Amino acid sequence: MTAPAPSPRPQRSRLERLAEALLEGLIRLSGVSAIVFVLAIFFFVFREAAPVVFSRNFDLWKFLFSIEWYPTSASNVRYGTFALTVGSFAVTALAMAIAVPFGLGAAIYLSEFCGRRLRETLKIVIELLSAIPSVVWGFIALTVTSKLVVDATGAAVGVNVLNGGVVLALMSVPIIVSIGEDALKAVPDSYREAALALGATRWQVVYRVLLPAARNGLLAAVLLGVGRAVGETMAVLMATGHAVHIPGSLLDSVRTLTANIAAELGEAPVGSDHYRVLFLTGVLLFCITFAVNIIADLAIRGVRRRG
Amino acid sequence: MVNGSRTAPPPAAPAAPARIQVADLRLSYGDKEVIHGISFDVRANEILGVIGPAQSGKSSMLRCLNRTIEFVAGARVSGTVHVDGEDVSRTRDVHALRRKIGMVAPLPVGLPLTIYDNVAFAPRCAGLRDRAELDALVEHCLRQAALWDEVKDRLGSLGTALSGGQQQRLTIARALSHRPEVLCLDEFSIAIDPVTTMRIEDVLKELRREITIILVTNLTQQARRLADRTMFMLNGRIVELDRTDVVFSEQPGSRQTWDYVNGNFG
Repeated sequence: MTAPAPSPRPQRSRLERLAEALLEGLIRLSGVSAIVFVLAIFFFVFREAAPVVFSRNFDLWKFLFSIEWYPTSASNVRYGTFALTVGSFAVTALAMAIAVPFGLGAAIYLSEFCGRRLRETLKIVIELLSAIPSVVWGFIALTVTSKLVVDATGAAVGVNVLNGGVVLALMSVPIIVSIGEDALKAVPDSYREAALALGATRWQVVYRVLLPAARNGLLAAVLLGVGRAVGETMAVLMATGHAVHIPGSLLDSVRTLTANIAAELGEAPVGSDHYRVLFLTGVLLFCITFAVNIIADLAIRGVRRRG
Repeated sequence: MVNGSRTAPPPAAPAAPARIQVADLRLSYGDKEVIHGISFDVRANEILGVIGPAQSGKSSMLRCLNRTIEFVAGARVSGTVHVDGEDVSRTRDVHALRRKIGMVAPLPVGLPLTIYDNVAFAPRCAGLRDRAELDALVEHCLRQAALWDEVKDRLGSLGTALSGGQQQRLTIARALSHRPEVLCLDEFSIAIDPVTTMRIEDVLKELRREITIILVTNLTQQARRLADRTMFMLNGRIVELDRTDVVFSEQPGSRQTWDYVNGNFG
């Protein structure tokens, strides 16, 4: 310090300013990278599938809405994925019908009603549940729950929609619980106290204040559960019986889009039509999850506008 | 013991029955005692002003009345609070107790609901379903809180989107919605402009005919304007509880009261 007189404002060194700019750039890059990755994945999957889409004897309508999937037929090769799509939807819908009430109920219990120590224990157990690899779930589905299904319903085979739905539900519940509980915990305590001070019971606080206040987070929890169920491959491959047809009841075997890809991609010669159609099935899956997300987004907005 | 409320009963006023009786109320947060055994009565249809600097236990005392103090982890209460002769710690229905005592917090907490639903919240929790009745009640409470004219065209929009002062009046409307017999206001005016404050003060004067009001305030002049009796709290004790004109006179019962009221400390 030499000049004492009018002490200059302390200024940040050039290095510091450079470092800050660099940091800002890095953060921006990581934000944008998510978009880049999604687009890149879509691009590369679609590039593998593209030749068959633009080939002359490919019929998109048949691909989407024909139930005939005979990729290795000697006389007449047919690539209809409708039965697979229906299989995916059937298993996912059943899984969600079981997992959403259980998952949200558990989230509400954990966040609002249970004691501190029990909550800590339960959270650890639930995290443990979500850490079980899906092939282990598949193994359980194949050996344990399928027998239970046969015993309980008298079905001819235990590996069917019901079996797959139950196992997928077990797999999605931990996600729904932990995200849902976070969403409920994020509602400020002042809301709870204000509502209780108005004479509301705890249950009234939950359904009149917390559920509306946390609805976006809870919807996100359900969606992540749906995402897990739609995308799950190994467990449903082992649990649902792998039969390509539209299920007439919960006790029919089905095959899902994901399981189909996993089972057949290894056998399809690289570059063959079969290979490319399987990639196209991947694009279809991608579109389905995209559509689910968009619909949920619109639903949230609709709820918001009314709210 | 300083706790003794030196309430020489005011000779002029006829002895109104006590609505709330507090006896030797003590409150501690963990090891720290913040209210050191206070006793006082709140009479029916009076406005009891409670003044005192920050941290003297005014808000905590209010929260003991409707047992919302239970939400604070580590809070322990001893002593008794009777509301209309009923011991609140033994009450069978704490929800009914809380509806009996309306509470307005210093910073408004608008529930994340529409304006209408905010006001209709407590009646609905109490089981009121009739739409026409709810409509009438909501309008009545919003009018009482001097908010109706500003929001009558947008009852369906979010209560949390209102301005701070409007939200505070919304919480007042909400506190009136369950037709409380006692209304506790905890520094209701800190988020409101002076004009609105005066309007609400007028409302409180009106309400006194029907209900009992406890008014905790940092504005000593507000207590002077409104309160029938004023209680001066300091460090978790009652220094003085007397008719407002006595507390604000040149010769209150305690030197500390005179100092506080005249702005010498606090």
